[in-house]
Amino acid sequence: MPLLEVDSLTVEYWTRRGIIRAVDNVSFALDKGEMLGLVGESGSGKSTLGHSLVRLLPTQGSIVGGHIRIGGKDVVGYSEEEMRSIRGEKIAFVFQDPMTSLNPVKKIGEHLVELIQTHKPNVSREEALRFAEAALDDVGISTERINDYPHQFSGGMRQRIMIALAIALNPDIVIADEPTTALDVIVQAKIMDLLRDLCDAHGMALILITHDISVVLERCKKVIVMYAGNFVECADSVSLHNDPKHPYTQGLLRTVPNIELADQRLESITGSPPDLLDLPSGCRFWPRCPQAMKVCHMKGPSMVELENGCCVRCFLYGGLEQ
Amino acid sequence: METRRIFGMRILPRFTSLTKRGIAGWMVLLGSGIVISIVVMTLIAPWISPHNPSALNVGPIRSPPSPQFPLGTNHLGQDMLSRVLCGGAIMLQVSVLSVLLCLAIGVPIGLISSYVGGAVDKICSLVTDSIYAFPGLVLAITIAAMLGRGAVNMAVSIAVVYIPSYFRIVRSHVLTIKELQYTVAAKAIGAKWYTILFRYILPNVVPSILSVATVNFADATLTAAGLTFVGLGVTKDIPDWGWDLTDGRALLPSGAWWVITFPGIMIILLALGFTLIGEGLSELLNPRLEQ
Amino acid sequence: MSVIVDVEHLKKYFPVQKSFFEKLFTRTSSYVKAVDDVSFSINEGEVFTLAGESGCGKTTTGMILAMLMNPSGGKILFDGTEIAGLRSEELRLLRRRIQIVFQDPYASLNPRMRIGEALGHPLEIHGLATGVDKRNRVLEILEKVGLTPPERFVDLYPHELSGGQRQRVAIARSIILRPEFIVADEPVSMLDVSIRTVLIDLMMELRKEFGLTYLFITHDLAVAKYISDRIAIMYLGKIVETGDKEEVFSNPLHPYTKALLSAVPVPDPERKRETVELKGEVPSAIQVPAGCRFHPRCPYAFAKCSEVEPQLIEIEENHCAACHLVKG
Repeated sequence: MPLLEVDSLTVEYWTRRGIIRAVDNVSFALDKGEMLGLVGESGSGKSTLGHSLVRLLPTQGSIVGGHIRIGGKDVVGYSEEEMRSIRGEKIAFVFQDPMTSLNPVKKIGEHLVELIQTHKPNVSREEALRFAEAALDDVGISTERINDYPHQFSGGMRQRIMIALAIALNPDIVIADEPTTALDVIVQAKIMDLLRDLCDAHGMALILITHDISVVLERCKKVIVMYAGNFVECADSVSLHNDPKHPYTQGLLRTVPNIELADQRLESITGSPPDLLDLPSGCRFWPRCPQAMKVCHMKGPSMVELENGCCVRCFLYGGLEQ
Repeated sequence: METRRIFGMRILPRFTSLTKRGIAGWMVLLGSGIVISIVVMTLIAPWISPHNPSALNVGPIRSPPSPQFPLGTNHLGQDMLSRVLCGGAIMLQVSVLSVLLCLAIGVPIGLISSYVGGAVDKICSLVTDSIYAFPGLVLAITIAAMLGRGAVNMAVSIAVVYIPSYFRIVRSHVLTIKELQYTVAAKAIGAKWYTILFRYILPNVVPSILSVATVNFADATLTAAGLTFVGLGVTKDIPDWGWDLTDGRALLPSGAWWVITFPGIMIILLALGFTLIGEGLSELLNPRLEQ
Repeated sequence: MSVIVDVEHLKKYFPVQKSFFEKLFTRTSSYVKAVDDVSFSINEGEVFTLAGESGCGKTTTGMILAMLMNPSGGKILFDGTEIAGLRSEELRLLRRRIQIVFQDPYASLNPRMRIGEALGHPLEIHGLATGVDKRNRVLEILEKVGLTPPERFVDLYPHELSGGQRQRVAIARSIILRPEFIVADEPVSMLDVSIRTVLIDLMMELRKEFGLTYLFITHDLAVAKYISDRIAIMYLGKIVETGDKEEVFSNPLHPYTKALLSAVPVPDPERKRETVELKGEVPSAIQVPAGCRFHPRCPYAFAKCSEVEPQLIEIEENHCAACHLVKG
């Protein structure tokens, strides 16, 4: 049984201009120890999807359909009480901005101790401190700094603290939302190495949410490409890189500079992502698609499974018969 | 309807669109309704009041509300309805004048002081903080006592009390905006300091000034009533709700509740109207981030 | 090629704010040595990249070159004229020739100014155009940066545009005065990876069309490789390596450059990573390490590195490095 199973999940936001369907009928599964990259532009819905997996959507957002099964149990129906007990223990979230996600008046040791004691009330303070020190050690922060405040750390170290908070209780699944966007390239590499080592050591599964395709292709075994609330392609990273199927994926790969290639010709995808309140008819990508056919204007394609286990949402590969 | 702009900021084009903006929109609508009604009432009062509000003995003294005198009469036989209709004039004049004085003095000083910085800023802050340290009404009474009676003096004393608030709000915003990239960008294209101040910084400070201004209006109304109540406002021959409060208070033991009640309600309504506008506006002009 | 910008021994030190007690009891001041003796020159028409991680001093250097900050020391010559210490009138004239594009598309535009106004303002300030002429120039420039139809964009406010569109406006603002030299401070770092290419290509197009010279500041070496002609790598206020792009990328000399290049993510799942591991973190620019600033983190450091600061010397043609390990 997969660790995490998402089945036809739909998430909507209420805004003054109308209801936005940020995540539209997505499904995927995650196994133990897997590193999955969820890639997409701003507004594609990837961050919303991440937040909905831990049920941390803002008040205007709500899950309106589908199932999220963690260890077989559907958490969509869980109360806040029940969610609190699994957050941190079964599934954890690393937030995007380490600058603002830590309480500036609390020592980092306190952050960890509070987390541990909330989930395991019977644990004494000394034991909790030892857990905290172990977590800091795991992320490469000297345990002597357990009594320091967040502002005394650099951006990279703060991100490590966020990761420590996420892994302190040894969750099965960690979701990292743009964990390295605000960081420099050397720190970024170290953080990604850290995440990979933690996954290997603890058997954790990781969902990496980002707009940076280079990081995803370099680090993740499986990749899902998201566009305007839909999944458009799911594949293992090698297949995705060598033979991208969906025109959007192909376009994306042409926009990314590869430092190891000489004389690259980069191309951009024409147009821009659609307004989610004013989606094009049929396939959401057709206005920008160089291979759009007549049928693409009229119907939205469904996911088609290909022989090697990859899926594509595109009429070029089938789905016309339905 | 064409949208009008002040300092490059869009003023809400239609009042009806306010109803779509939730509770805040209704607050502004309601508050504006109240204030506008009172203003109109005060303006047309000379024509619609049944009697001269200052005329003595138009009816029996201390008579309760009756068909002839719907709001009763006071101890001088003056018609309360006429006094209520006309009594708001002074209060409105004082509020408006004091807010104008504050805007004319407090805002420019705040802008220049915080933009220039250094010793100038330190001195201005020191002076305004000292004024700010005094409780508002006490300070207003003190200044009014020094200046003498009359509507203009009332406005001045209220303005003095409020200028520090404008100064502070303007200053805190300027200090933030000064460092923002679009201000630096203005420098990069060669804009002079006063251009930057008035075309780049001021328009972004205006929403907060509006909030302070509406609170100013409400507070000025109450302070003006207070000043008249203690005898430091206008002279007795001018009809004013504040005087009715003074007289009405003395008449309460004899059971003439109507003298203090109706003018009192008007004062509260006017202050409430301004407050509603202020609260509503500050909600509307601080857009919450949409996902 | 002629040199258009010549920077010699540029320094920028920021005094550290002292607390009240420190002011009473200590005499010495400490400084953040953001830029510490940096020298380079930029040729007319080229894209010169200043690359490095945050805190290395590249943005500060860019701000000084764009005349938005005064240097603490050193000389900057633009087309033969000394920039630092100019009077305001001369400075204003020079602003027509040197412009800047900022990093943050959300902060660099005045939220209360319409796009048309914001773009027309530079023309007003320098008395270059008014009325209909001004409007036409604004429409023309919007067309050039790809915001079409321009009539639609002229009346919009910044919050009505996407990040990429705002950055196009920022680029438009930087070229409307027809400058010769543009400082681009991480112009695409805050945009999605997929739209960076479009804007970079736009900037290169404009370079050809208007004969511009760019100082391109970035921490993204993949982008740097795509567009630069020459590149300088900065670390903690100093230049550690500089040279022609091809040279530096194919044959990095300084250990920091090697580490930086190896850390750049490569969109290829089958590539085997060989990262140069760096110890620790970037130290504070107040307490700069003695000798070579990089030595505490350098995997190849030896005794001399902690005592003597290496100079930037030419190792190969057009390729300089500051490292004791690499001698000519």
